[in-house]
Amino acid sequence: MSGHDITASSTTLFRQQPKVSKVHFSSGQFVRWLLLFLGGIAMIMPIIYMLSTSFKFPFEVYNLNLIPEEPTLENYTYVLEDGRFYGWLITSLIIATVTTISNVFFDSLVGYALCKFRFPGRLIVFIAILSTLMIPTEMLVLPWYLMSKNFGWLDTHWGIMFPGLMTAFGTFLMKQFFETVPDDFLEAARIDGLNELQIWWTVAMPLVKPALAALAIFVFLGNWTAFIWPLIVTNSQEMYTLPVGLSTFSVEAQVEWELIMTGAAISTIPTLIVFLVFQRYIIRGVVMAGLKG
Amino acid sequence: MRFYRSLTIAQKQIVWAWIFLAVPTVFYIWIRFYPTANAFVLSFQHWNLLSDREWAGLDNYVRLWNDPVFWVVFKNTFIYLALGTPISLALSFVVAYHLDKVRFMHGFIRALYFLPFMTSAVAMAWVWRWFYQPVPIGLINNALSSIGIPQIAFLNSTTNALPAVLAPAIWAGLGFQIIIFMAGLRAIPQTYYEAARIDGVSAWTTLTEITLPLLKPTIVFLVVFSSIGFLRIFDQVFNMTTNDPGGPLNSTKPLVLLIYDTAFNGFNMGYAAAQTVVLFVVLLVVSLLQLYIMRDRDRVS
Repeated sequence: MSGHDITASSTTLFRQQPKVSKVHFSSGQFVRWLLLFLGGIAMIMPIIYMLSTSFKFPFEVYNLNLIPEEPTLENYTYVLEDGRFYGWLITSLIIATVTTISNVFFDSLVGYALCKFRFPGRLIVFIAILSTLMIPTEMLVLPWYLMSKNFGWLDTHWGIMFPGLMTAFGTFLMKQFFETVPDDFLEAARIDGLNELQIWWTVAMPLVKPALAALAIFVFLGNWTAFIWPLIVTNSQEMYTLPVGLSTFSVEAQVEWELIMTGAAISTIPTLIVFLVFQRYIIRGVVMAGLKG
Repeated sequence: MRFYRSLTIAQKQIVWAWIFLAVPTVFYIWIRFYPTANAFVLSFQHWNLLSDREWAGLDNYVRLWNDPVFWVVFKNTFIYLALGTPISLALSFVVAYHLDKVRFMHGFIRALYFLPFMTSAVAMAWVWRWFYQPVPIGLINNALSSIGIPQIAFLNSTTNALPAVLAPAIWAGLGFQIIIFMAGLRAIPQTYYEAARIDGVSAWTTLTEITLPLLKPTIVFLVVFSSIGFLRIFDQVFNMTTNDPGGPLNSTKPLVLLIYDTAFNGFNMGYAAAQTVVLFVVLLVVSLLQLYIMRDRDRVS
């Protein structure tokens, strides 16, 4: 995408469109609005039914009504008393948090170096990192598994998170955003006697905060929902992440759908809360990451 | 320190650049490039994790070529792509096009469409799996039977299972595509539309002659992005068909699930590696097609 399109789109996304004429709510407009609204409600129905069923007793599960006749917290008590969900929640939190911090730090470190320093080999490093975007994770899981086996990383937190500590996507995103930081700012800091690491951290980083937020959201969500690699690298139930744990739990529960829905709700509610709180930030981040990354 | 001071500014930059890049260079070589090379090498070897790695020449690829399951899986993977990409793009464009013209409760409606993107594929696979169950368990069949329509076999049918597994994948991705489409729509200068209005151009012609052509970069990006996603589908299939992963009768099995099976149930590492090389080539071709189409665009602008 050309640079012009991007800045135009990401800045105008939330601005009121210039009104050409006073819009009156015509009947055509109303039908359009109504259809969109109903479509939107249909979109969240799976989530609504998941939440509603998690508060139902078994005898009500096969009922179509949305609001349980006798709401109960029994499913949550049962699932949480099992104890395993706490462990899976904590593992997922650790993995997602550490990979997010690591990506925000290292991706911007590399992005900054590639953007602001002139040194021999710069283009080679850039192309090399970019080329890793072409290699699907699914191709690397076999060698990563062998590596983890050799180094004893199987079934450890480190084993789950090491492949995602840095990403080419994040590096490229940050490099693009550091282009918007004027060199004069950096030069001024240099004259003030800051070294390059200090300039990066105290001058450049605060100027790209929106990009850092976008990157953090993507990395966190990606690692929170990641499935195939955690499934491969973990063996014992204590080390499972939430998606892997939920998958195992659901296979065990098989016909007890109200318990499965409760497990699914437990792994979904945290991201739903994050979304409701940071909605604007997240949508803006998606646009930035989608168009620039 | 004295040595550092004796350097020119340009030399200092080189030193700093490599201080910044030192750890990441090790990471990329160790965790990305070496494993990539290893996957290619492994695809020319026999290995069951216990014995020594043995050279196999092209054995794995020959076996793949002659494996009927592989061709079924290859076909499935492309059906996911061929159904998933057009359907999700058409739906998300229609929503984005109309939502762009709506002011009342705009943010709220946008949030409704976007919410599924925030969910985990595993959790939602189980929710949809429940929807698909036969009477009296599944929601969809219950609703159908209550209005007198005979029930439909979803996950147990070799013809219906694949679309049934695909549906939650399309559903979860719509929000992202709608947001990107709306950003693309906003980037089109209003003056074009005003000129069209003054000339009395119909809404349909405005859409086909102005909006869609100017949206081409957005469309190309989304086609490639969602194609890659559908070619790599795994989470939904694995969780919706746990009693017979990829079933019934391999009718939903995608390439990534075949790779997982070969490597971690069959312990046939070399053969699995050859399958990952196929996945790599398929994704590479899709990405190169994007570059080819985008090059066309750059020449115009």
